[in-house]
Amino acid sequence: MPKFLIWIAALAALIALPHGLSFSQQEILVFLTINVLLVASYRLLTLTGEWSLGHVVIMGVGAYSSALLTKKLGVYVPVSMLLGGVFAALIAVLLSFPLFRMKGFYFLIGSFAAGEIIRLLWKRFRDPFGGAKGIKGIDPMPDFSVGFYQFDFFEPTSYYYFAGVVVAVCLWILWRIEKSPVGLTFHAVHWQDKLAQASGVNVRAYRTLAFAIASGFAGISGALLAHYVGTINPNAFDIDLMVFVLTWAIVGGTATFYGPILGCVVLTVINEVVLRELGLEQMRPLIYGAIMILSILFLPNGLESIVQKFTQRRASNGAPERSPAE
Amino acid sequence: MTDFLEVKDLTMRFGGLVAVDSLSFKVAHGSIHGLIGPNGAGKTTTFNMISGFYTPTSGQVLLRGEDISGLQMHEVARRGVVRTFQHSTLFAELTVLENALVGTHMPFRPNIFAAIIGWDKEDRSGAEARAKEALEFFGLDHVMHERAGDLSHGHQRALGMAVAYASHPDVVLLDEPFTGMNPEETRQMMDLMERLKADGITILIVEHDMQAIMGLCDNITCMSFGKFLAEGGPHEIRNHPAVIEAYLGGARHVA
Ligand SMILES: Nc1ncnc2c1ncn2[C@@H]1O[C@H](COP(=O)(O)OP(=O)(O)O)[C@@H](O)[C@H]1O
Ligand SMILES: [Mg+2]
Repeated sequence: MPKFLIWIAALAALIALPHGLSFSQQEILVFLTINVLLVASYRLLTLTGEWSLGHVVIMGVGAYSSALLTKKLGVYVPVSMLLGGVFAALIAVLLSFPLFRMKGFYFLIGSFAAGEIIRLLWKRFRDPFGGAKGIKGIDPMPDFSVGFYQFDFFEPTSYYYFAGVVVAVCLWILWRIEKSPVGLTFHAVHWQDKLAQASGVNVRAYRTLAFAIASGFAGISGALLAHYVGTINPNAFDIDLMVFVLTWAIVGGTATFYGPILGCVVLTVINEVVLRELGLEQMRPLIYGAIMILSILFLPNGLESIVQKFTQRRASNGAPERSPAE
Repeated sequence: MTDFLEVKDLTMRFGGLVAVDSLSFKVAHGSIHGLIGPNGAGKTTTFNMISGFYTPTSGQVLLRGEDISGLQMHEVARRGVVRTFQHSTLFAELTVLENALVGTHMPFRPNIFAAIIGWDKEDRSGAEARAKEALEFFGLDHVMHERAGDLSHGHQRALGMAVAYASHPDVVLLDEPFTGMNPEETRQMMDLMERLKADGITILIVEHDMQAIMGLCDNITCMSFGKFLAEGGPHEIRNHPAVIEAYLGGARHVA
């Protein structure tokens, strides 16, 4: 029962949150919401033991697909967002053929190369991708009303509520997958692919499945971004953002579902509140790099290990929690 | 008893080295068959070819008359041939129960859509019941929630077998299952294998210690330097001059 109350309180806080913020902070809140989905989808991929450097480009695939579907074919925006996710997942399945011939470090490099090729295609083909300038004037989410609330998507608060619901549903699905026998099989593929295979697991199919699901949700996060900012270009999905995703995941820790989300939220707050106040924004990459190194040195299991310390003390008589730290 | 699993002229070459050299033998359904030979004889390599981990350079593996050589490991497993590994190969970071649950992958194939909606409750409880049954069979139910990597060596070997057993196999391939076990554990494990056999499971055991499996096997194939050496019941093999020579020669070689 108290757990239920905690959820209610958290929900109320999330609803009230934008009203205490300035306009620019509200905008940051929208980006944060989108990034939470991005980093949570990234974790699903890491469950099978693969770390990709192409995840942000896949997010871009979702953004470009959704933008083009609305612009060229007049698809209704929420539908195009969903299709953007589907398209990103399909591209991931295609990429899996060359990429899953590689493992570990080679997969990392291969995924980076694949991402750069996609970015080159966006730059090279002005039609339909708009070249280096990208796509401008992307249709916004059409306003609508749900009776007690009028969504006006020029307001960041409205978009925050909308994206919040989409992201919450996506996180719920990711969570259900992780806690299911499919999620256990992902872990099995990660820790001992030989034994998994001897148990009848089609390892290749499961790695592809994780890659496709992670990419699909990254695609949805990209679509959410595209229809909010209204303009996308190849540089919006470059390696800089990928490094941020890696930093969020590593600083937060990847042993639990909430670890990467925690990393994303904490670092964004540090970034926006502290750095902006101090006028150190230009040094963001440097400071992120320093935070990453410090956390690897002093907090190897991520921020989540601090949370676990507190929650485990309370529930120490329950079944022991597994923490498959790398 | 019919020929169930047959290995025909199986050969594996690693560069210039012929690890297994046109080996042939037959395993009868419902029997316990031993594959013995000194260290380096090619026993594990033979296992790897039967289970689909290696593709043989030449030759065939026939299961119920079907050629399964060259299939991938999970495809071989889905035909009922499940293996364990020589060294304690487990999901060390997962709990004992989760290890056994992975073993139930074949009888309870996960479905992602059913899992998201929550329509797989029956499958989940079925898989859990089967996993617990397998753990109980191998006397591991009391360590169910422990991390597999924290188990004693003997328990780890038993868990390897429990994972295989959980999948309802027709044939289990056990690679040196008794190494790391004390005599008491070995005796218990041999009893369990008799019970598996009584359940109708065919067992193929690799062992380099001849004495350990003499009392267990119905039939034994002995190999040396990748080649077939002798075959027969435990009594015949124990007294076979070529087998004695191979083991003594091997011993001299090691010493
Ligand atoms: N992957 C491999 N690459 C090269 N040589 C191998 C490989 N696996 C086994 N061998 C060689 O094949 C021979 C047989 O090995 P193995 O099948 O492990 O023997 P056993 O299990 O009977 O002790 C040995 O000489 C070993 O060095
Ligand atoms: Mg061996």
